[in-house]
Amino acid sequence: MKILVPVKRVPDPATTIRVLPDGSGIATDNVKWVINPFDEIAIEEALRIKEKQGGEVVLVAVGQQTWQEQLRTGLAMGADRAILVRSEAALDTLAIARLLAKIAEEQKPDIIILGKQAIDDDSNQVGQMLAEMLGWPQATFASKVEFQDRKCTVVREVDGGLETVAFDLPAIVTTDLRLNEPRYASLPGIMKARKKELKEIPADSLGVDLTPKLKIKKLDPPPKRQAGRKVASVEELVQVLHNEAKVI
Amino acid sequence: MQSSEHNGFASNSPNGRDAHNRLLESMSAVGIANKDVVEAPYLTQEHILFREQVRRFVDTEVKPRGEQWEEAGFVPRDVLRRMGELGFLGVRYPQAYGGSEMDSIATAILAEELGKSTFGGFAVTVLVHTDMASPHLANAGTREQLERWMPDIVAGKKIAAVAVTEPDAGSDVAGIRTSARREGDNYVLNGSKIYITNGVHADIYFVAAKTDLAAKGSRGISMFVVEKGTPGFSVARALKKHGWLSSDTAELVFEDCRVPVANRLGEENRGFYAVMKNFQNERLVLGAQAIGEAQAAIALTLEWVTQRRTFGTTLWEKQAIRQRLAMQAAKVEAGRQLVYNTAWLASQGRDCVKEVSMLKAYCGELVNEVMYDCQQFHGGFGYMREAAIERMVRDARIHSIGGGTTEIMLEEVAKRMIPSRDRT
Repeated sequence: MKILVPVKRVPDPATTIRVLPDGSGIATDNVKWVINPFDEIAIEEALRIKEKQGGEVVLVAVGQQTWQEQLRTGLAMGADRAILVRSEAALDTLAIARLLAKIAEEQKPDIIILGKQAIDDDSNQVGQMLAEMLGWPQATFASKVEFQDRKCTVVREVDGGLETVAFDLPAIVTTDLRLNEPRYASLPGIMKARKKELKEIPADSLGVDLTPKLKIKKLDPPPKRQAGRKVASVEELVQVLHNEAKVI
Repeated sequence: MQSSEHNGFASNSPNGRDAHNRLLESMSAVGIANKDVVEAPYLTQEHILFREQVRRFVDTEVKPRGEQWEEAGFVPRDVLRRMGELGFLGVRYPQAYGGSEMDSIATAILAEELGKSTFGGFAVTVLVHTDMASPHLANAGTREQLERWMPDIVAGKKIAAVAVTEPDAGSDVAGIRTSARREGDNYVLNGSKIYITNGVHADIYFVAAKTDLAAKGSRGISMFVVEKGTPGFSVARALKKHGWLSSDTAELVFEDCRVPVANRLGEENRGFYAVMKNFQNERLVLGAQAIGEAQAAIALTLEWVTQRRTFGTTLWEKQAIRQRLAMQAAKVEAGRQLVYNTAWLASQGRDCVKEVSMLKAYCGELVNEVMYDCQQFHGGFGYMREAAIERMVRDARIHSIGGGTTEIMLEEVAKRMIPSRDRT
């Protein structure tokens, strides 16, 4: 089975994020960059599928030169090769989905697995857009993925329970948090990744309209947490919750 | 606070108080622990990725379980095997035996990150195996010997110890008394060894013994591979230590212990030079481990002093405390750069005995100095067994002693300070 895994570079979730004073973005100096955790889960799932039934795992990212660091990490985990679609400008989800659709048409994977969303902007759109563009079935928020011949069964995490869907390949699957626990990159894996193919393609060579349809106008940091305070009794607590916090 | 004007943060804020609060916020526990120091130019992407993997292993597999290992007195085998599976135990060894053929810089990274675990006993269990014991085989082993033992060592299936020190001979290797008498196809070992790290639970021991009793000083010493279970070889007792409680340390006894000639490493009577050669690697690793421990201690202490309040302010708001921590952080960074620069020299095959001796002396003393301040700033809590810093203080003490005392190291440095006497 040939599996395509789109990967995004995001700030380490453990990093303290600072919004720039003019609200135009986040301060990126001293930020540690990692693979989007949901995409890391997607890589892990792809590797497990490959280990069970053979095939190839191809990573793809749309971004700047530095993004090859995250692709190398994925190769060190065990992916076979990687494609970096080079774009110096930050693109919106629609442009990224269009580029990925182009890559998918060219690579002809049996399945595309990607994170349900990236932890930086939480858009949760690329997987769905890809399914529409390619005309493939999709299963989002997967917590279990199984195959029988060319049929795929996915258990989805939905509000209030689980939903099981089945569909034919090729298809799109987006991963939820509980699908698996991503492996370590072993040291021999890290050394092997050096020699694996990492191909760069300029984004503007793919004949796709990259004009942004979406503009980020302003970022605001979350409001500062207020200090807690002690109350003397349950009665007072109820009073405060009702009159001041207005939550009950 | 007036003091906010002195910390450099007041200028970019209309309000010094806000700047100060931002500073405190940026030091949330997680923020400090994960903040990377700027990496050196000779670090490759592989080095950085390797560091991330070791760090993740330490955070998820070591920190939550370390306390149990301290109680048990050793690191369980499954942990070492897992590290073997991940390739952490074969950093510089040939691929043919499961290694990754990386360099001394990667070794320093491993040691530093293990040091950051806050469990020195765990760190040294691994590092004795990878960088103090098994190099004897890697450096001097014949092809047959390497094929026989190396794969299991790299995989963590056989854990290694090195037995040189005796009650009357430590860094003064020439003074050992354990003897190995040749009898046909065997050597017969007699004597005892002490303070042997991994000594209780190891599977394979690299043992120094005198093969020529008449020879003077450094001549007449050979190295042997002795496997656990060899008749005549026994663990006399597990030694109780001041720190490093999750590391097992033993006294070993050899009584007419017969070892095949095929188990001799390198040439007969040339073992002293093998031991001396690996001292350099061992000391580099111990320095890197000490620097990792010092960084972790400062991070823990920052968490504490930014939260702990006395007389209406946090400890961090008192200049005396934050300036002393800042100075210690500066010294640790200096030591860290010395470690990595020396590792780089070693990776280039350059002579660096002076630098290695300097860093061993410097980092071994510095980590103790840092621990003293860190425990001091923890106040009464720092004296409690439940405080990580209490354990780290005990663990650090060995760094100015083990692997060559500060005094021995300074003599090595001094010898090389006068050009005419250099490398005589």
